[in-house]
Amino acid sequence: MSTTRKRVYGYLAEFKSASALFKAAEKVRDAGVKKWDCYSPYPIHGLDGAMGMKRSILPWFVFFGGITGTITAFTLAYTTQVVIYPTIVQAKPSNIFTVPAFFPVMFELTILFSGFTVLFGLLALIQLPRLNHPLFASRQFHRATDDAFFIAIEARDGSFDTQATKQFLEEIGGDNIELVEEEDQG
Amino acid sequence: MSSTSETAQDNVSDVKLPVLKREKLVLEGRSYHWITERICGVLENRQPLLWWMLFLPSALIAMIGVGGGLFHLVSTGVGVWGNTNRVMWGWPIVNFVFWIGIGHAGTLISAILFLTRQNWRTSINRAAEAMTIFAVMCAGIFPAFHVGRVWFAWFLAPVPNANAIWQNFKSPLLWDVFAVSTYFTISLIFWYLGMVPDLATIRDRCKNGLRKVLYGIFSLGWRGGNRQWSHYEMAYLLLAALSTPLVLSVHSVVSFDFATSVVPGWHTTIFPPYFVAGAIFGGFAMVLTIMIPARFVYGLQDLITMKHIDNMAKIILLTGTIVGYAYLMELFVAFYSGALYEMNAFKFRIAGPYWWAYAAMMSLNVLSPQIFWFKKCRENLWVVMAVAMCVNVGMWFERFVIIVTTLARMWLPGDWKTYSPSGQDQLLFVGTIGMFLALFMLFMRFLPCINIAEVKWTKVESDPHYEDNESHADDGVVVEEAYQKELHDTKS
Repeated sequence: MSTTRKRVYGYLAEFKSASALFKAAEKVRDAGVKKWDCYSPYPIHGLDGAMGMKRSILPWFVFFGGITGTITAFTLAYTTQVVIYPTIVQAKPSNIFTVPAFFPVMFELTILFSGFTVLFGLLALIQLPRLNHPLFASRQFHRATDDAFFIAIEARDGSFDTQATKQFLEEIGGDNIELVEEEDQG
Repeated sequence: MSSTSETAQDNVSDVKLPVLKREKLVLEGRSYHWITERICGVLENRQPLLWWMLFLPSALIAMIGVGGGLFHLVSTGVGVWGNTNRVMWGWPIVNFVFWIGIGHAGTLISAILFLTRQNWRTSINRAAEAMTIFAVMCAGIFPAFHVGRVWFAWFLAPVPNANAIWQNFKSPLLWDVFAVSTYFTISLIFWYLGMVPDLATIRDRCKNGLRKVLYGIFSLGWRGGNRQWSHYEMAYLLLAALSTPLVLSVHSVVSFDFATSVVPGWHTTIFPPYFVAGAIFGGFAMVLTIMIPARFVYGLQDLITMKHIDNMAKIILLTGTIVGYAYLMELFVAFYSGALYEMNAFKFRIAGPYWWAYAAMMSLNVLSPQIFWFKKCRENLWVVMAVAMCVNVGMWFERFVIIVTTLARMWLPGDWKTYSPSGQDQLLFVGTIGMFLALFMLFMRFLPCINIAEVKWTKVESDPHYEDNESHADDGVVVEEAYQKELHDTKS
């Protein structure tokens, strides 16, 4: 039988409201903490700035995904219509000048490839699916998807200290401060 | 900031602007927890008797109509439909265009109203998107089987085949294949991504093992951290921005099936905008048809308020009037063109043997929504429901008029035919209605029917600066002092 040791994930502190969370986030940011996150039941606008986060880079992925779609559709239509099998229907020719007729398919595939890039790009950026997480071991974290606002400071942050971090969270207005531990199969 | 805009701001702060009262989107000041409880309660509690009364018959109708109908069709041949050599599209394509149009309101609510920051969309977008998915599924059946030998339907896909023949990329029918399949895929991604945080909410409330595992898997391990929300919000914005031109393109491409052919009554440039407006019009009617009973049965009146219904009634009035304009413009252009065949096509529509279909289309689509000019009518749910039903029927007749009356009188008198659908046509159409309802009932039973996270977001106290302003005389009202203060702050 393997022994189960506990490893500290970090501290979880509850805040009363979105406003309280916002103000606390600014203080955590100014304290120079790097490995932390704010948890809320809905997206809080402006919190990115309060946490010192940059704008998402997802649009860049999608831009290149979309371009790939356009090129794929053009290549598909041009190769099959002009190169391999010129379809002449109602005396309409198939050559480079018939490209406008390929626009609808080029448009649709641009959207289709962009959409898939959004889905998979997002999952890559937020590192999901990941069905287990140390925070799920917390006794109160289930309320983060209901009506509670939390800040978690992780133990892997350089400034983490069992006493000082707890005190810091109390100072910035955190309630129900909980030390979250993950099970470490050793 | 440039000097011109500073002066402009100086002037602005001197003026006391009257601030319009903003209606609350969540009534009775319901708490976050109440919202979670109420929406999750829909799928956690036992379903009301009405659910079973709707689900069982519609599932049965779907099995007989779609299952049995298609079995008979495939095992016998497309001859069981009423389509003829002339009216080769008949009911199947009428129904295809009808169902595809129904879906468009879902995308309009989820994408276009998102981009235009219409926050009232949050309590209806989820159900409307579900409606989109199910409507497109119903729509897809018709063209797939209308190809005749359905086991060759894969010829539609541009993959090499033994005949060495490639698809005609210049044909609107192929554009349609791409448009509809892209539309379905993107709508599904949009719907599912939008649901992930809500599935996590349900997962966190689950006690039972299997439920927890299933909702756990589908919620992907969502935690609701801002480092996730930040990318998630961007993804949602991108999908909205992609879906907006997509939804406009889908019905435009559907209308190209008609407009690019050289057939009197079809060959008009007005078709794309006319079809898109009609699709949104018919789709909103279907949203109302479903949401008005649902909000009563599940007690969602504080989330889907009279304000929402009022807004949807206004959109129906607007799009219905656009559709009416298009009907009249078609007639005018036919007259103004001086083209004999064009004029006769419309004369036949209005006064020919299908006059009743044209009259139904005109009265149900153009006249019936005009009642929404009156506030009293928009506030009376029976009236709203009646108009929504009129529009549902009227939009089906619109497609019937466009397809059947045109094909029944083409160029040569020798081709003229009168069309009537067969029993199999009717069975399959009724079957898709059953399928649509049954799928929607399953959706109500297993998935969050209202966007929990976004509805919470619309509450005024969700604003992180809510506590910075002192006076909140009324939750839903933008208080004038706060507005003036904000202007002052911006200036200084």
